[in-house]
Amino acid sequence: MITETKNTLPKEICDFIDVCLTREHPESYLIAVLHKLQQQFGYLTREHMDEVAQRLHVPASFVSGVATFYHFFRLQPRGKFSISVCLGTACFVKGADKILDAFRAELGVDLAETTKDGLFSLDCTRCLGVCGLAPVVTINDKVYSQVTPQQVPDLINRAKADLETTETKV
Amino acid sequence: MKTIHLTIDDMQVSVPEGTTLMQAAETIGVHIPRLCYLPNLSLEGACRICIVEVAGARTYQASCATKVAEGMIVKTNSPEIRQARRDLVELILDNHPMECQTCDRDGQCELQTLAYSMGVRERLFEGKRKRYEVEDSSFSVIRNSEKCILCRRCVRVCSEVQGVHNLSQLYRGFNTLVAPAHVSPMLESVCINCGQCINVCPTAAFLEKDSTDDVWAALSDPNKHVVVHIAPSIRAAIGEGFGLPAGTPETNRTVTALRRLGFDVVFDTNFGADLTIMEEAHELATRLKSGENLPLITSCSPGWIKFLEHFYPEFIPNTSTCKSPMTMLSVLLKTYYAEKHKLDPKNIYVVSVMPCTAKKFESRRPEHFAPAGYPYTDAVLTTRELVWMIKAYGIDFKHLTPGAFDNPLGFSSGAADIFGTTGGVMEAALRTAAEALTGKPLTELNFTEVRATTGLKEASIKIGDATINVAVANGLNNAKTILEKVKRGEKQFHLIEIMACPGGCIGGGGQPYPSEGRYVLDEEILKLRAGALYNIDEAKNVRKSHENPFVQDLYREYFQHPGSEKAHKLLHTHYTPRSPRGIK
Amino acid sequence: MTRYEEIAQRIQKDFQSQLKSNQIVIQIGSATCEKAAGSDLVREEFEKLVKATGRQDIRLKQTGCTGRCSREPIVGVFFPGQFPFKYEKVTVAKVQQIFEQHILGGKPVLNLILDKKTTKYYSHIVTLYPSNAPGFAEDKKWEDILVERLKAKHVDPETTRVFVGGNVNISNKVQGKQGVGMMIFPEKTLYHFASEAELDQIIQAHFVENKTCPELFAQIDSMTERFFSVYGDVAFFNKQTRLTLRNSGIIDPENMDEYIFNHGYEGLAKALAKNEPNFVIEEVLKSGLRGRGGAGYPTGRKWKDATTSPDPIKYTVCNADEGDPGAFMDRSALEGDPFSVIEGMTIAAFAVGAHQGYMYIRAEYPLAIERCEKAIAKARAAGFLGKNILGSGFDYDIEIRLGAGAFVCGEETALMRSIEGRRGQPRIRPPYPTQGGLWGHPTVINNVETLANVPVIMVYGADFFARIGTEKSKGTKVFALAGKINNTGLVEVPMGTTLREIIFDIGGGIPGGRSLKGIQTGGPSGGTIPASAVDTPVDYDSLTQAGSIMGSGGMIILDDSDCMVATAKFFLEFTQDESCGKCVPCREGTLRMLEILTRITDGHGSLEDITKLERLGKLIQKTSLCGLGQTAPNPVLSVLKNFRAEFLEHITEKHCPTQRCPKLVRYEIDEEKCTGCTLCARRCPVPCISGTARKPHVIDQERCIKCGECFTVCKFDAVKKL
Repeated sequence: MITETKNTLPKEICDFIDVCLTREHPESYLIAVLHKLQQQFGYLTREHMDEVAQRLHVPASFVSGVATFYHFFRLQPRGKFSISVCLGTACFVKGADKILDAFRAELGVDLAETTKDGLFSLDCTRCLGVCGLAPVVTINDKVYSQVTPQQVPDLINRAKADLETTETKV
Repeated sequence: MKTIHLTIDDMQVSVPEGTTLMQAAETIGVHIPRLCYLPNLSLEGACRICIVEVAGARTYQASCATKVAEGMIVKTNSPEIRQARRDLVELILDNHPMECQTCDRDGQCELQTLAYSMGVRERLFEGKRKRYEVEDSSFSVIRNSEKCILCRRCVRVCSEVQGVHNLSQLYRGFNTLVAPAHVSPMLESVCINCGQCINVCPTAAFLEKDSTDDVWAALSDPNKHVVVHIAPSIRAAIGEGFGLPAGTPETNRTVTALRRLGFDVVFDTNFGADLTIMEEAHELATRLKSGENLPLITSCSPGWIKFLEHFYPEFIPNTSTCKSPMTMLSVLLKTYYAEKHKLDPKNIYVVSVMPCTAKKFESRRPEHFAPAGYPYTDAVLTTRELVWMIKAYGIDFKHLTPGAFDNPLGFSSGAADIFGTTGGVMEAALRTAAEALTGKPLTELNFTEVRATTGLKEASIKIGDATINVAVANGLNNAKTILEKVKRGEKQFHLIEIMACPGGCIGGGGQPYPSEGRYVLDEEILKLRAGALYNIDEAKNVRKSHENPFVQDLYREYFQHPGSEKAHKLLHTHYTPRSPRGIK
Repeated sequence: MTRYEEIAQRIQKDFQSQLKSNQIVIQIGSATCEKAAGSDLVREEFEKLVKATGRQDIRLKQTGCTGRCSREPIVGVFFPGQFPFKYEKVTVAKVQQIFEQHILGGKPVLNLILDKKTTKYYSHIVTLYPSNAPGFAEDKKWEDILVERLKAKHVDPETTRVFVGGNVNISNKVQGKQGVGMMIFPEKTLYHFASEAELDQIIQAHFVENKTCPELFAQIDSMTERFFSVYGDVAFFNKQTRLTLRNSGIIDPENMDEYIFNHGYEGLAKALAKNEPNFVIEEVLKSGLRGRGGAGYPTGRKWKDATTSPDPIKYTVCNADEGDPGAFMDRSALEGDPFSVIEGMTIAAFAVGAHQGYMYIRAEYPLAIERCEKAIAKARAAGFLGKNILGSGFDYDIEIRLGAGAFVCGEETALMRSIEGRRGQPRIRPPYPTQGGLWGHPTVINNVETLANVPVIMVYGADFFARIGTEKSKGTKVFALAGKINNTGLVEVPMGTTLREIIFDIGGGIPGGRSLKGIQTGGPSGGTIPASAVDTPVDYDSLTQAGSIMGSGGMIILDDSDCMVATAKFFLEFTQDESCGKCVPCREGTLRMLEILTRITDGHGSLEDITKLERLGKLIQKTSLCGLGQTAPNPVLSVLKNFRAEFLEHITEKHCPTQRCPKLVRYEIDEEKCTGCTLCARRCPVPCISGTARKPHVIDQERCIKCGECFTVCKFDAVKKL
């Protein structure tokens, strides 16, 4: 039954944890560690979380509790393109719900789901603070402002085209 | 300390500074309803049931957390407060399965009682309700999150008292769920099976894995020789299950009840306790002589043992290899007893009644199976399960004629009785070890210095010329404290007793739910239960394990001497580090 | 000379020599909103063009966001000695035009100029500031008088333009003298006149004789002067008063020298030189500064509370978890001027005796995080953070902690839990954070905007600050203006400015010819003020009286096409989703309220539901553990109060007057217009449209699922949405 903790964490994260352990209240860096993990892998795996628990000396249930409490952390892998429709107030009054519906229809997935081809994940966000340009959609790091439902198919196609160009380059 | 004067329900109240409104109300005989609050746990303030109206405050204040202030005007029962409390309870009920009649805690549920006393008579806001499957992987503790009202008492007891941190809240908002990390099955978690989550749960979100069906079946099986033995602490607590005052010793009526239920033979786990002392005292003497693997740490508590394996595997060499009294006795039943009565051990069905849910797990450890593949203990009942069986049968417990255990495995010394309370194993061991080491009979049998009233006690005991340093810990956070002390080399201990549950077995996770006006882990109850055991001990003629004549017979006939090869084979065990590793 | 004076002097020298070098500066907005509008591409294009010319005298500079969101990206062109030109909605194509025509050719591209379309190149701008003293400015139309007098003196109104600015602190030699401030750019000469005769005197001297008129000189604070010397000609800005956002859109947020050059760290230096924490607290108390996070607790009092604890370990925290959807003041402040917040934190720490601070920033703001990280590192390297700050012996450092997507973490106790690395759930009080906060030690938590004001108070004094605003609400407030408004963006106005001024004078009114219906302030914790109360002044107490709250500064404008029930439901969905799940009323109650609202917008509501909403709402307000829960019902209750008829219409008529609730919409076919093309009948998924070809079709209302497909596909406008 005994399985020793696997060493699956990348070195820079282990190093970061080691630095945290030298500071006051090392356990308070848990969220920071999880941010780093997600940045690198796109989501948090159970193995990674368990290893963080061991290395940072935080009970695994607490790590799990934190990872599931904050909406920012994802426990499932995402699509190549993470589409996020802002549902902040300004975007809402400018019809963000209709944009979300357009993405739903166009991709055939609902919120928090990923298309079968693994390309697109659909999500919503609570205000990016770009209210002046509402409604706003982000696809990976790109921010699109004043989006209309009619533009949705085009946004998806553009992302696909980007992918093709990068793939042909490779 | 400063005295604060305030008005509660138009009455003048004077209480010391720092008193909470809830406590202040008690002084005028007002018991403010509550749900998440438990005196021994940290303040949660989540249920909001204990709200009161404080003049000048914008919102209603939780009386569990609000401290008294000079001139405060408080209303505990205004119409608005009453409606707010009623609505709050209704909101909880709206997200709770409506299956009281088929629920294990029907009649003993704090939420049910509250709903009745708040006067929730109609449902206005019903809608979506959370749905979860029952998680019953564990041999000890089953989790039914549908019934969870998120008071977080279990999470708090698991962390603050036990230091296990197995339970946490996961997710958030309406989807909040109490579970181990990653919603793992309890069996695959660091759960030590202590059952304190069951004890503190106001509803039936945590329950012991039910064994009563198996026991009923065995009892009605004509081919089975059904033997039962009961743990020391059962006698001190079972009466509470029948409305008797806490601390009423009920050894003999329990024996009669067990016979009425149809058990063929009724033995006493105490015999196993005496046997444990024989073996453990021998172990201590050997280690004291060699100086190796000290301190010796007791091994009776299965919650502690699993904690050891998950959290402190480095202390495995220190931990006594003695099986627990329960398992020792069960082993004897399927070996010594079976041989003596020419019974096929496969046809013997051993039931133990324990204050403990972790014993259910212990009975399923592969180490405690006979080489032929059957378990030494077939079924473990908690005190609560036994109470239920007696009631289900219709036995009028209060009016039973007292009975007596069968012999030889029903006879025990007073030292065995006190196993049920924290410090008891230590005291029992000291009684035997002292005489063995000095060769002289003890003049004073009561080692009051190890009778812990707190969770942690250290003492230095003079035995002849030698001084042995001992420590007694109950509640695993206290165990952590002492183990860390050992690790840091702050003090050289020789013997440490660790019990997983607060107060020892009398505060076990399988003991009756507190009666009205009492709360779980109430130190008063624990004191009364312990008192019952000490009284039983005092009243006995034989108060040292090694003077139990039947134990002496057993060694003569069967084991030769403590620590013999046969004893090692049958009465000792081993421990393995476990995954997932716990975080200390 | 103190350490700070040495540093300031060196920087002064550097900047003076830079000014003398006659550089042309191209200033490009660089904030999240600017980037979303394409400012990175604009910058790249400028870089390319500058490089191609090989010229060394053209410098690119990044700034934060000015708040003029709907016109971004904004590019400023600064020729030495000239009034700067700002261009709006700059694209790559426009960059080329601006570069060739303006930078190289010296001729501004007039049709691209921000806000004010002009036909002529203007050389001067004159901004009038009405007096602080009431009852004077309103008497006369000074703007018209000035224009007329200038005309009379043959000053071309197209090249010398006149604007009316906001309420700023102009001090004349005679304190409190009534009159009008008059700033002339690019000379940056400030006059103050109290009569038409004095005005004539100024015009004669300044415009006709090309001299000055020293006897009518006045003074203004350097913040205002600097800001209006750049943006004074933009209608959107000239009614604003910039304290919090004094540097946003002015300085390069990553350039600490430029921050210091603009009086940065002067406040901290003053406090440290005085070496009397109590003085700082007293100043802040005297200034009347109240928490800008929403609750409005006096900042000085909060600091004082913390000093009563004997605990030697104390913490200060900057709450930058701007979770209110529709609010982005803090993001903009952190991106545009991180040093002012850091300086504010340092002053606060000195006042309360803290040596460690945390900036808790929401993870959704990567640029703000990056700018703050850089700023902290620079401040530390320059001795403004760390051990022995500016040689004073005072130690203080700041760490950044990230949120991870939980609105409730804006609540102080939840925020502290989150900093401690735990689930951000609020805890019961007492103890209050100022007594027992982070790890049990006294902790002072202030909002971004609050902290950004602290250096202002230290530099310009408590009295200066207290002169702005109303009796009980001092200073300015930044609002994030969004929704159905022409000029979306950030506006900073003195407390007491009316909603009307914000919406119509600054915000430019409602677009599309629609009318104002409501003003939502305070986000999910606030309420919606009806259009009838548009003259309410914005201050803590007036907004509360109007049935909403100040909140953190989100201001969403709703027009007559917005459904109030749907808006209320939107906010409740938000809080329900963001409820941490700890206390019963918020966890369970918000869902029940949402279920009822959904029922109503789905057309299944009953009148009883209103009673239930009110009962639950009151329960949640009165019994929830934290502020999130206690305020969660506000959006619903305020709509129930202010827009009850609309609520009732949804219930009794099963009708949504704005057609915003899809299930309460009815589709009908106009017999006159229907050509019988059968398209709608073929597309109807039910199908519930019948009719023969070339004859008008009919929708079976009983079976219609209100998907709107017929409405979308009809080419003849024959399907009506009712």
